[in-house]
Order: sequence, then structure tokens, then C-alpha cells
Amino acid sequence: MMAKRIDEAQVRKVAKLSRLALTEAEVEEFTEQLSAILDYAEKMNELDTENVEPLAHCLPINNVFRDDCIKESLGTEKTLANAPQRDGEFFKVPKILDGSGG
Amino acid sequence: MAELDYKVVVGLEIHVHLCTKTKMFCGCALSFGEEANSRVCPVCLGMPGVLPVMNKQALEYAIMVAMALNCEIAEFTKWDRKSYYYPDLPKNYQISQYDLPLSANGFIEIPLEGGKTKRIGIIRAHLEEDAGKNVHSEANFSQVDLNRAGTPLLEIVTCPDMNSASEVRALAVELQRIVRYLGVSEGDMQKGHMRFEPNINLIITKNGAEYKTPIAEVKNLNSFRALERSVEYEVQRQLDEFAETGKTIETGNKTTRGWVDEREVTVLQRKKEEAPDYRYFPEPDLVPVKLTKEWLAEIRGHLCELPINKQIRYVTEYKLSDYDAGVLTAERFTAEFFEQSVAAGGEPKRVCNLLTQTGLKIAKERGCGVCDLGIKAESLSELSKIVESGTVSSSAAVSIFEAMVETGKEPDILAEELNLIQKSDAGELELIVEHVLADNAKAVKDVKIGGKKSKKAHGFLLGQVMQKTRGQANPKVVSEILDKKLG
Repeated sequence: MMAKRIDEAQVRKVAKLSRLALTEAEVEEFTEQLSAILDYAEKMNELDTENVEPLAHCLPINNVFRDDCIKESLGTEKTLANAPQRDGEFFKVPKILDGSGG
Repeated sequence: MAELDYKVVVGLEIHVHLCTKTKMFCGCALSFGEEANSRVCPVCLGMPGVLPVMNKQALEYAIMVAMALNCEIAEFTKWDRKSYYYPDLPKNYQISQYDLPLSANGFIEIPLEGGKTKRIGIIRAHLEEDAGKNVHSEANFSQVDLNRAGTPLLEIVTCPDMNSASEVRALAVELQRIVRYLGVSEGDMQKGHMRFEPNINLIITKNGAEYKTPIAEVKNLNSFRALERSVEYEVQRQLDEFAETGKTIETGNKTTRGWVDEREVTVLQRKKEEAPDYRYFPEPDLVPVKLTKEWLAEIRGHLCELPINKQIRYVTEYKLSDYDAGVLTAERFTAEFFEQSVAAGGEPKRVCNLLTQTGLKIAKERGCGVCDLGIKAESLSELSKIVESGTVSSSAAVSIFEAMVETGKEPDILAEELNLIQKSDAGELELIVEHVLADNAKAVKDVKIGGKKSKKAHGFLLGQVMQKTRGQANPKVVSEILDKKLG
């Protein structure tokens, strides 16, 4: 079965969600490329996965933890060293209107 | 006017900070108001090439809460990325749990008026990391502090089982009591350790037909009072809106509203053009967690008797009022101190009164807990016993309690040192009574006449005896002697 190719509207949506500004030419180009990738991935569907458990991680290990021990943090100066803009000890960013979040 | 009846329906989304020493996925210490951006490292800054590593303590704390909420604990749980772009989220995704949360299908019993309880369903409880903080100023830019980014956060989602503002408050208070009993969170709403977001709507019955109002989710609630008031406000607002527009859950959209504490209203927050698309996918940087039976049993060993069970037990076993039981069980260490005093032989009601009326007051003045006052449970038990036996009066017990805190001495020693031992020796008291009667012929006459004046005169004579003994006579014994002599 052939994969359903991704269309330009979907590319625009993904670009918007990823905060990417694409030119018209790029939208066209990435629609082609992404469709080809999806076609390739679609090949996986040819496999019989009837008795295969869903895989949560590609490494065959679980339970990697650390103890609750404090390590030294960077400190404000180092933290802000690469910031494009700062205001005192804060990162400075364009004004945010709406408080949302997880 | 049309018949209109309605039922309030509320579910809660709750976030609880876990009080580990370090963040969820890196070794940065949790922040308590330090200099902004001082407690961050490449991991919580979202630098390229870094890898998160799970904090085992945070996972165990989360499981303890899930167990206390009677949830089913997953044998296998994993992490997912929740993608969104916001300056307080440096990685542009939050590590959270999506399809395989660590726990689901539980319930919490909340106390209602008159010692009743109600069971509220818990849909799921999962672990995630908190975001940083955006600071909005008047200027045309915002400030970002990432100290909070990566703090272990337990998200709890309840069923829409609450039907009033007071039930919502009761759940919040109960959850605070639970996490504090378990010692897994400070649970302070003002400090943002617990955040409650109620989803509220109404089921309105009008002329025999049923209508559901559109759901409103309320944010920015930083006190129990704000939480309760916001639900009350929403109920009235939704009733008014329904009367005006007739909008229902089918014809109107779910909205997000912000609580404005100064005005005690909710206001519509900017609507997003489209539904959020978080594009969850499995977190490739973290391996899954398998929870063995042995490990879970070990974690279960860290649980304690839940506050609501203690409260109920105090009423049935110790015959305390529901109010007293609630006060004693508000904090775990107060409750345990009470139980130790009772176990040492104190009469429960007497110990309860000493603790709630005097102990908690002194503790509050000193800004500490009752168990931090430096007095032993056995000493409190002794104090209750000497009140019970009539050796000291209950008002003297207050002074002794205070002196115990000041000096660390035992109650019986203090009773003597402070001259607070009641004279109960009938022979000695009889002599004093006779003197008083001889000196107050008019009052004696009044008593004998009877009526209203009699009672007053009796009280006067009792007062005279107390004065002569400098308050040390046992009033019960004096009263008996007076009755005998005058009766």
C-alpha cells in the first residue's frame, strides 16, 4: 500500500508549530522531501508486527537513576554568558502576553 | 418564571512540587528564592548534547502519593516529550508522561461537614518537570528565571466528582494534608508548591430539559480561599451567561479564565487560535522504568496512616468531636504527639484540650510545631493526669504548660513551685469556710432565703474562700462544703 503523501498545508502547519518561517519554494521542496521520507518509512508497514510488543525505547535497559545529591550549578553569570540579551540576572525576551504552560 | 435547577460539576488538575533536594533530571538544588538563574546547569538549560538522568527519590515520592491516593501503580512506565514553545521552557519541550503514566484509577476521601466523607475519583497521577518563571513587567520585554525549570512536579487529575466550592476546597486541603504527612512536599500554595486548576461547569435543568454550560478552566489561584471563591464566582457567572446567551457545551467553547485576586473575579484569557498540538512522542533520552513488586512493597513501607483515617479514628476510638479530631490531625507531628501522650496514659479529651487550647497557641506564638516545644509526650500526659485528679485546676494547667515550655521542668514539680496545687483537704478547707461564713452573715442569710439572690450569694461566698486560699482551693470541694453547711 502506498503512503498518503504529506500535503503543503500539513507542511505549513508543522512549520508553524516549530516556529519556522518557510519560503514558498521551501514549502514545495519540503513537501517533496517529507513525502519521500514517509514513503520510505511506510515500507515498515509491510512487516508483520502482529506478535511484537510496542517498543518504548531502542536500548534494552530500564531503570537508570541517580541519587538525590546536589551538584554545583553554573551560577548566574555563566548561565547568562550565551544569552542574546539579558536584564540584570534575567534572560530578556520579547514581551509575553498570555501565561500558558504545561 | 421558568423552573431552573442546577448542579455544579468540578474536576481539578493539580500540580505538586516534590521536595527532593535536587531537580528531576539534573543535580541542581531546588530553588527557594535565590538569585535568578543561579540554580541551573546545561541540562535544565536545554544545552545541546546533554542527557537527563532520573532522580530516584522523586519517582519514589510520586509513587508514595499515588499509593496514598489509592491508584493502580504501573509495572512499566515511560517518559514522553510534550512540545511547545515558550520562553520559560528552554528545551522547547517538557519531559512528561503521556500514554503510560506511573499511576491511574485512584480516589481520595475528603472530609465533609459533620464527620461525613466523600470519595473523589483520581483519573491519573504522573511525574513531569516544571518550567521556569516568566516575569512580566511594565516594560516592552519579559524576564525569564530558569531556577524552577526542572523541579519535580506531580500532576494529578481528578474526576469531575466535586459538586460545590466547599468540596473543592476540602479536596485541596486534604491533598495538602496528605503530601505533608508523607513528607514529599511542603504543599504551600502561596509559594507555588501546589497549584490547583479547577474545570467548572453546570448541569442546568430548565422546564424538564437538561443543559450543560461550557467548561471554564481557572488559573492563577494561589490560596485555598481563591480556589473556593473562584468556583463560587464561576457558578454565578455561568448561570448569568446561560440566562443571557443560552450557550451550552455543544454550542460554546471551553475557555481559560484567570483569577484576579484583588477584584475576586475571573477574566477571560486570550483565546488560542487553534487547539494546542503538543506532538507527544517517547522521550529518546530516558529509558523506561520497571517497578517490581519488591520495590513497590519497600516504597509502601514509607507510607503512614492517612490523615482522614486518623481523624475518623479519633472520633470513634477517642470519642473526640470531629472538629477536635480535625485540628489534631491537621499536621502529622501534632497528631503523633497527641497519640503518644494518650498512649502514656493521658485521658484523650483532656490531652486534646491541653494541646489544642494551649499547646497550639504557644507553638503559633513561637512559629513552630507543638512537637518542637521541647516537652515530652509523657510530660503532657502527666499534666493531663494532675488536672484529671483535681491536683491542679484547668486554668492552672495553662500556666504549668507555659512554664514547662519555658523551663523544661516536669508538671508536678512546677505545680508545687508555682503554688498551683489545689487544696482539697476537706478538714483544712472546712475551717476556712467557717471563717468566711462567720464574716459574711448577710450573704449566708441570702443563701438561706433561696431564689435568684441565693445563687449569687453562694458564688460570693465561694469567691471569698478562693480569695482566702489565694486561688488554691479546689472549687468543687469548697462548693460541697458550702452546700453541706448552708443546706
